Amino acid sequence: MAQPAGGLWLLWAPILLLVAFSFNDSRRATAEWRGFTTGWYENIFSGVMGSEASFSTEEMLAAVRQSMTVSLLAMGLSAVLGTLVAITLVRHRFPGKSLLDGLLYLPVVIPDIAQGVSLLVFFSFIFNMLESVLGLKWYPGLETVIVGHVAFNISFVAIVVRARLANMNPRLEEAARDLGANEWRTFWRVTYPLLLPGIVAGALLAFTLSLDDFVVTFFAGGGNATTLTIFVYGMVRQTVTPEINAISTLMIGVSMVLILLSFAFQKDR
Amino acid sequence: MKRLWMGLIGVLWLATGAVGVRAQGDDTAWTCPAGFEGQTLRILSFTQYIGEEVAPRFEELCGVEVEYDSTDSSEAVLLLLRERTAPYDIIVPSGDILERMINEELLHELNLENIPNLTNVSEQFLDPPYDPGNRYSVPYVWGITGVGYNIEAVGEEITSWEQVFDYAGPVAWQDDVRSMIGIALIMLGYDVNTLDEAELAEARDYLIENSDNVVYVAGDDGQVVLEQYVVDIAIEYNGDIVQLAADCECDEFRFAVPQEGSIIYVDNVAVPADSPNPELAEAFIDYLLDPHIGAENINYIAYGTPNQAALDAGLVDEAMLNDPAIYPDDATLATLRFTVDVLEQETAYAEAWSEVLLALGQ
Repeated sequence: MAQPAGGLWLLWAPILLLVAFSFNDSRRATAEWRGFTTGWYENIFSGVMGSEASFSTEEMLAAVRQSMTVSLLAMGLSAVLGTLVAITLVRHRFPGKSLLDGLLYLPVVIPDIAQGVSLLVFFSFIFNMLESVLGLKWYPGLETVIVGHVAFNISFVAIVVRARLANMNPRLEEAARDLGANEWRTFWRVTYPLLLPGIVAGALLAFTLSLDDFVVTFFAGGGNATTLTIFVYGMVRQTVTPEINAISTLMIGVSMVLILLSFAFQKDR
Repeated sequence: MKRLWMGLIGVLWLATGAVGVRAQGDDTAWTCPAGFEGQTLRILSFTQYIGEEVAPRFEELCGVEVEYDSTDSSEAVLLLLRERTAPYDIIVPSGDILERMINEELLHELNLENIPNLTNVSEQFLDPPYDPGNRYSVPYVWGITGVGYNIEAVGEEITSWEQVFDYAGPVAWQDDVRSMIGIALIMLGYDVNTLDEAELAEARDYLIENSDNVVYVAGDDGQVVLEQYVVDIAIEYNGDIVQLAADCECDEFRFAVPQEGSIIYVDNVAVPADSPNPELAEAFIDYLLDPHIGAENINYIAYGTPNQAALDAGLVDEAMLNDPAIYPDDATLATLRFTVDVLEQETAYAEAWSEVLLALGQ
């Protein structure tokens, strides 16, 4: 009997292979199975523990740190801003609302490369202007990458949260206000708890998109930020080693723990 | 501003440790000119395109810090230089892109007095057509576009492009305009840097006519489809095939430079015009050309080195030195052509290649 759920295994197979090959005793991630080793993980742990690790391992860990920094900050900022945008769009009327509504979808449909290049030109313009006005020369870097990521993540969070908000019974808020709660209190006691699953879902989506992104990261960073994606794409002259599998496996492990924690957290409530 | 951010975030992450120093570069007699202490050298290159100890040792010898960032193509670096967003001291562009950077005045003119080790570079790589007199660049690593193949599947040694184009089994091409159009131009007896549109059109048609056996156009993974038996022949860089052959515990993967000739490419070290520390960059270039450092570097990168002193001193890994896929004989070397910037005809090249891809149905 064919079950549609069987298709899920198709999605999982590449990830399982990635995990399996992180233990492969070969210099090449794409090679056939050569025997079991934990060497790639040992490299990473020795790097993390601050003891002796090779230059390339240190560089990879630095890239992971940059990736995590960007993704976590971009996730946090876009979760807050995206939620505010969603609430504004659903609960309020103001001039230009339908325009904003349409613009919300722009970062979702616009190609990455167009976003990336426009950010590069934008930041280069701003920084050159600052230089001529203030005489200070700043360069794009991690901060501008975060700004670039927030710029497209806001839309994803807002769309998810808005869907949740649209399904919410507005009478619950009205009842709270009838019972004497002010808007602030109504938000934190009624709206926010009901929206939370939507906000969490939007935030997780934002985190993944950030972690994955290459094009916007590269251009918004003006070449000054090497995240893990840029590190891997930069291996044009060298072979991708199983060390990349190992670090990816660890990242998958950490994300799974986070997701399980967030489930547990929501069950408790 | 960056420092502040990183400081805040750094609390979340463990500090990295110092790196120990070992290996043959220890024997280097290179001394750092005084006065660089406390400066930072920023390198923009490809990932893992430098020996493990090369940057840490330079930090130690000069009392400086080295930051190493990655990019995925020379074209991307060109764009960043034009926008002036990346204050790097060292970049590693390929020859044709380097020439465009020179033409657009994006590079710092090197003070060769600060690079006495330039004499260590092989004659063959000095004074290249894309940078006459090495005014802006020094060669770093070189490689060849050639044929990687599975000799068991093909059944014979490959010595000619004809064999590749006439082969009955599956073949992968390389998604590189200048390499592929260049090979067609070589087959037609034209200059690989031709500016003649009729010759370009002929090259395009030559590729289309000979494309029946092409099943894949590889970005950076010709060696992967070869290894996984998707194709029997892949037009690829020598380094990728050498790494495959070295690691596969097998004997079937070979690399050949067809007798008609092929494309040689050189990645060069250059200093952007906006470099904050151009003199430190020149010191670093000199350091790279030291025979011991150059040898250690190339033994890790596993491509060809233009560092003749390192080769003469016998410091380069025997196995690589004796591999004709990395260091072919002089007769083969003589058949290799440099690609240079084709200026206003760049679009014509790109269009010709697009039409080939279109014909391939990719």
